[in-house]
Amino acid sequence: MIRFLLKGLLRDKSRSRLPIIVVAIGVMLTVFMHAYITGFMGDTIEMNANFANGHVKIMTKAYAENMDQMPNDLALMETDQLLEELTSQFGSVDWAPRIRFGGLLDVPDEQGETRSQGPVFGLGLNFLSGDSREAERLNIDHVLVRGQRLTQPGEALISELFSQKMHINPGDTVTLIGSTMNGSMAFYNFTVAGTLSFGSEALDRGALLVDLEDARFALDMQDAAGEIIGFQSEGYYNDATALAMSERFNQKHANADDEFAPVMKSLSQQGSMGLYVSMAKYWSVYISLIFVLTMGLVLWNAGLLGSLRRYGEFGVRLAMGEAKDHVFITLIYEAMAIGMIGTIIGTAFGLLFAWLLQTYGLNISGMMEGASLMMPSTIRARITAESYYLGFIPGLLSTVAGTMLAGIGIYRRQTSQLFKELET
Amino acid sequence: MEKPVISIRHLVKKFPAGKGEFTALKGIDLEFNTGEFAGLIGPSGSGKTTLLNIIGSLDAPSTGEALVLGNSIGQLSAKEAARLRKHSLGFIFQSYNLLAVHTVYENVEFPLLLLDYSASERKKMVLEALEWVGLTNKIDSRPPKLSGGECQRVAIARAMVKKPSLVLADEPTANLDADNSHHILKTMETLNRELKTTFLFATHDEKVIGYLRRKIFLKDGRVDKDEWVK
Repeated sequence: MIRFLLKGLLRDKSRSRLPIIVVAIGVMLTVFMHAYITGFMGDTIEMNANFANGHVKIMTKAYAENMDQMPNDLALMETDQLLEELTSQFGSVDWAPRIRFGGLLDVPDEQGETRSQGPVFGLGLNFLSGDSREAERLNIDHVLVRGQRLTQPGEALISELFSQKMHINPGDTVTLIGSTMNGSMAFYNFTVAGTLSFGSEALDRGALLVDLEDARFALDMQDAAGEIIGFQSEGYYNDATALAMSERFNQKHANADDEFAPVMKSLSQQGSMGLYVSMAKYWSVYISLIFVLTMGLVLWNAGLLGSLRRYGEFGVRLAMGEAKDHVFITLIYEAMAIGMIGTIIGTAFGLLFAWLLQTYGLNISGMMEGASLMMPSTIRARITAESYYLGFIPGLLSTVAGTMLAGIGIYRRQTSQLFKELET
Repeated sequence: MEKPVISIRHLVKKFPAGKGEFTALKGIDLEFNTGEFAGLIGPSGSGKTTLLNIIGSLDAPSTGEALVLGNSIGQLSAKEAARLRKHSLGFIFQSYNLLAVHTVYENVEFPLLLLDYSASERKKMVLEALEWVGLTNKIDSRPPKLSGGECQRVAIARAMVKKPSLVLADEPTANLDADNSHHILKTMETLNRELKTTFLFATHDEKVIGYLRRKIFLKDGRVDKDEWVK
């Protein structure tokens, strides 16, 4: 009997090939869309982590309360010792001290007189230490427009848009006018090594990137840093791990009286990022769910139509003496086989396309010009554990559910009614 | 005395129609014995197909009784009705109703699969049935490649392969030309004589009527005439 049904299934293309194609396409889209949404939202979080928030960030309590003002007078002191402690406590995390600062960039003419001036947002990061991954995190090699990356102390990278406004070229000397952490005026000359275009107006408006030691020297912050940010070893932000880490750290450093005591905040605990992290978490689930339900309805319908089309065949089989429940069960088995094959094919193709998007990405930097949001200029998918089994919901369950619904008709109809449908 | 194959007493069948009911059969009393070659004759709406469906356990009477091979159709559960059809009844339809994706061999084999015969038994029985209808040269063909007459012969082989006690044929020649109709009817007549299978037709085709040994004329859900051909 099984062979008989299998032969029917294989020979009747509208019963096998077409439903398998429909299931496979539906599952492929579901798997791909899930990976795409997960990747895109995850990349946006990673971009914010790389540029500003880290997966966790350590600051003094006072700095944390006024973080938006970049109050370097409230910066962490004795950071070398703190880094040693962090490395021993959280060995798998990559720690990076940073100094964020604001100031005025003065561009002198040939006589040394001010030619132009503009406000800059400065970032001091560890560019020149051999094992630092900061340049990689900020994707410097890819966003470099002119010149070269930092190779020696005293050099700076500025945003291309800003350089054009200020008529600055690589090799020019610029002066940072700011304030030290003690409140004194700070003047420091940098040689422009290159210009950058991040594709985000928030960064391209006036970014100045310098080596951490230069920033320390310019702002009188020896062995200090505004913040120390940490990146989890998985390479992606894991909210649960980050929250556990910050709880552990904060318990150890709980000192209500000392406003300069270090405090660790996970990315989701920093400003509006918490909202975005939960949005990313739930949006990805919601959007995937909507897609899964939509595909479920399509495949349900396909299963329904496929079964309704076969009422005639069921009429013959019932006339031959096959019991209704046997017809129904064989129908479900067929749907399971179709659903399983379609899901496997669809998942394979969905994963393939997701892998291509994950590996090669889709450059949308052209579309990002002038965007004020900090979003990735390359869209990438991300394959997660769910990508491997998510497709089974629409692929297998919906197909079987659709078939079951159609199969109920076999029970509801009088056998003679099925017969009439057979005759028409 | 031999028990009748079919015994119908005061059979009434009503169908819901709008807010009321439509009575398709209005008190039928009939008996059929083993080996009969009989037909229910009448125009459309006379109730012949309804009666054939009840005898075939595809439908149940509203009131009255239909005993088929000792089984009271009205009392049978769906499973018992399926068992009766599986073991004892064969059906031949107007439009053949062969499974288009299966070969002639597989179509004829299907009723035997339901009866759990072994592969060797099935092969022997299928080839024998195809020999009765003269189609042993077409065993690997599929229905769409066959003529109408050949399709109906396959349908006869499928109905006869398990050697049922009763074969019910609803307008078996309606889609066939005269030559093919006579060929089919001769085949069924031969099988009726050789295997002692009871054949009951529902028809208004003169060609079929000409072969019948018992003619039951139905009119408006009642038996109008019951004639035996000498």
